Amino acid sequence: MGDYVEIEYWQVALAALLILINGAISIALQLRMEKTLLIASVRTVVQLLLVGLVLDSVFDPELWFLVFPLAAIMTLIAGITAARRNQRSYVGITLDTVLSVWASAWLVTGFAMLAVMQGADSWHQPQYLIPILGMVLGNTLNGITVGLNTFTETLVTRRDHIESLLAIGATRFEASRDSRQHAIRTGMIPIINSMMIVGIVSLPGMMTGQIVSGMEPMQAVKYQIVIMFLIASATALGTVLVVHFSFLRIFNRRHQFLNNALTKKL
Amino acid sequence: MSTPQEISSEIAESEDTFPLIQLQQVSRNDRDTVLLNEIDLSIYPGQRIALTGPSGSGKTLLLRSLAMLDPIQAGQVLWQGETVQPVDYPRYRSQVIYLHQRPALVEATVEENLQLPFTMQVHQDKAFDQARIVAMLELLGRDETFLAKQQRELSGGESQLIALLRVLQLDPAVLLLDEPTAALDQATSMHVEALIDNWYSQNSSQRSIVWVSHNEEQTERVSNTFLSMNNGQLTGDQHG
Repeated sequence: MGDYVEIEYWQVALAALLILINGAISIALQLRMEKTLLIASVRTVVQLLLVGLVLDSVFDPELWFLVFPLAAIMTLIAGITAARRNQRSYVGITLDTVLSVWASAWLVTGFAMLAVMQGADSWHQPQYLIPILGMVLGNTLNGITVGLNTFTETLVTRRDHIESLLAIGATRFEASRDSRQHAIRTGMIPIINSMMIVGIVSLPGMMTGQIVSGMEPMQAVKYQIVIMFLIASATALGTVLVVHFSFLRIFNRRHQFLNNALTKKL
Repeated sequence: MSTPQEISSEIAESEDTFPLIQLQQVSRNDRDTVLLNEIDLSIYPGQRIALTGPSGSGKTLLLRSLAMLDPIQAGQVLWQGETVQPVDYPRYRSQVIYLHQRPALVEATVEENLQLPFTMQVHQDKAFDQARIVAMLELLGRDETFLAKQQRELSGGESQLIALLRVLQLDPAVLLLDEPTAALDQATSMHVEALIDNWYSQNSSQRSIVWVSHNEEQTERVSNTFLSMNNGQLTGDQHG
């Protein structure tokens, strides 16, 4: 481990003052976001402090068995969040998002731990597994949310088109092909964008974190490249899965489009 | 000349004619609301059925049930006396085509829109016949240059015409028309009637049409069997 400046709580409080700028803007422009901002800030502090405590115990080698429940809870919360953020809903949406997040994030993280991180003490060493899974989940969650949202919105706006195709003999796969492709592409846009500008416009949090804590920049860069690829593949996989799971619920095996299955959230 | 009623009776009663489609006790509900109430209906080759009734009486839903586009809550739909397996629904719909009230075209030229069905698995054995399309366009008072037009340049009525051509060229056994001339002016409506009549006459013993219309004169012109709907129930001159 290299050297880094230790941050005390009063220094954290100093940074929190910056949020007051946002509050002032909100009041000045009557955005009415003060309350949301306050809740978001408090949640940031509380959630991160809690996870700090949890990580402290999970990193204890004698408590290795805690790694998997923690990973499962993280995955479950990511999956549920993805379903809640969708503007439209249907019966089974949460199961679809949870399964998609779970399958894609665990597969990719598993590959990372077993194949890429071969120098680790064990394939489930929490120091690597938890942060990698966390980063993969956070990004997959976004891809899944954007992809699923786009898919359900496209189905509603293109309903006449889809039904016109089904009416002349298209299968459910043919009638929904454009909508599925559009949704998956849209879900992939954020990660493709970050891959395009990484290092030029943005320095990713993990890489800067490692550099701040004293790691050689080239090592930190290699970690970051690995992470970008993990995130990209998990996002692609998760988005493809969620779009197809929801496709199977909104189109039945009789090649009927169940428009009423989609309900708009208030 | 037989009256329309007599023709339909002859068709229904002739022993060697078998219904193409049979709806048996078909019902559709939306929660507690009954949308279609135990409908029995047989459609025979050669029949031209006019379906009338007040708005919201279930005419569109009946056409959609004939095309098996929506799940039904009770009853069954038979094709030539047999139930259709889920995997065969697209093939069924290539024979029983529902022309949507608001048909949608893709953002491409008219010709590409007309070619679209032939990219589908179910129409793989057919090919786009440009000469035939041009002949149909002429019946509508348009020439070949119309094929190069972009979808976004078309008026609502013109889109409706293209959607109709897209369906007619597939030669379904049963054509389900949902107010196909509602968005058209009088002259174009007459062109459309002529086009459909021409298509029907090419093989009138094998083709059937169900035509939803609010225009009484039109139903007299285009049909030989008359049905009406009210509150999700079928009334009128019904056979089968």
